[in-house]
Amino acid sequence: MPLVGKPVRRPGRPKFIAATYLLSIARGMWITLRHLFRPKVTMQYPEERWRMPDNYRGLPALVRDQDERVKCVACFLCQYVCPPKAIHIEAQEIESGVEKGPKVFDINMLRCIMCGYCEEVCPEQAIFLTREYTTVGLSRAQMIFPKEKLLAMGGVRPDPIRKWARLTGDRPERDGAVAAAGVGRNA
Amino acid sequence: MIPGERGDLEQWVMTTRMADYVAWGRKNSLWPMPMGLACCAIELMAMVAPRYDVARFGAEALRFSPRQADLMIVAGTVTKKMAPAVKRIFDQMPDPKWVIAMGACASTGGMFRSYSVTQGVDEVIPVDVYIPGCPPRPEALIEGVMQVQRLLEQRAREGRQAAPDPRQAGMAGRG
Repeated sequence: MPLVGKPVRRPGRPKFIAATYLLSIARGMWITLRHLFRPKVTMQYPEERWRMPDNYRGLPALVRDQDERVKCVACFLCQYVCPPKAIHIEAQEIESGVEKGPKVFDINMLRCIMCGYCEEVCPEQAIFLTREYTTVGLSRAQMIFPKEKLLAMGGVRPDPIRKWARLTGDRPERDGAVAAAGVGRNA
Repeated sequence: MIPGERGDLEQWVMTTRMADYVAWGRKNSLWPMPMGLACCAIELMAMVAPRYDVARFGAEALRFSPRQADLMIVAGTVTKKMAPAVKRIFDQMPDPKWVIAMGACASTGGMFRSYSVTQGVDEVIPVDVYIPGCPPRPEALIEGVMQVQRLLEQRAREGRQAAPDPRQAGMAGRG
């Protein structure tokens, strides 16, 4: 069989002065010396940390809209799409009668692989991946985050479409609140 | 000021309990056993490398012999075929020993809900700290090491028997 590609040859033995390796040692020590006076690369982690970009995929969290409503309508799409099946939802009726809502919304953070499919698939923009990435747990039970915890992590994200106001016939009386809340991430 | 003068004793002498002293020593010289089984091990290497530098916490001496290690970092998918080896390596580590389940696979099996993968390494060995992520960032792993240090100190303070054993709690609520 013909050999495809040309193998790299090992360099030959050094001759004369180079054979003492003195020059190589000096060159190596010079590199070491130079690095002594360069800025340190180590990040002092607990005190110092990266500023993650806004679209960083950390732990997922649920968000509320500007009127403190839970945005999630328990459509089960995220539970369906989740590759490791980390999301568990139980639906319930809610008072407004317009939509349903989640009674139980658990995310098993130890199953979660932070792929962001849930955020991508959510028709209500109710679930987002935060920038939180340093949570550790002492037990499995502790790392299954219930709805309340997820909502606390997510905070408020205004709903620009104001679906609820239209569906319930409310007048959009809180336009000022929308502008004040902004659209930034609050993770 | 001369040591031994009246009233200055607190300035020159520090008292502690033996258990706390030993825990302090252990805490600052955790020697990890890198049980690298998948891609998480890359982040494990990053944790030891200069950017994150776990040497700042005294845990830089990765020991590839379990008999020299006291912190096992299970980094990666534990297949059913690998599980007996993991168990055996854990058994070879001298007491007191600690286990970090790093990443989704080691913690719960992650997205590998499969016949060939153990659904969490805690089915095989007791786990102290679970780190979510796929893979977790090196900072998260450092956070895990810090959590082990806190646990170690706390257990030394409360006495090993009296403390609620998180290893037992870890077995509950699986999903």
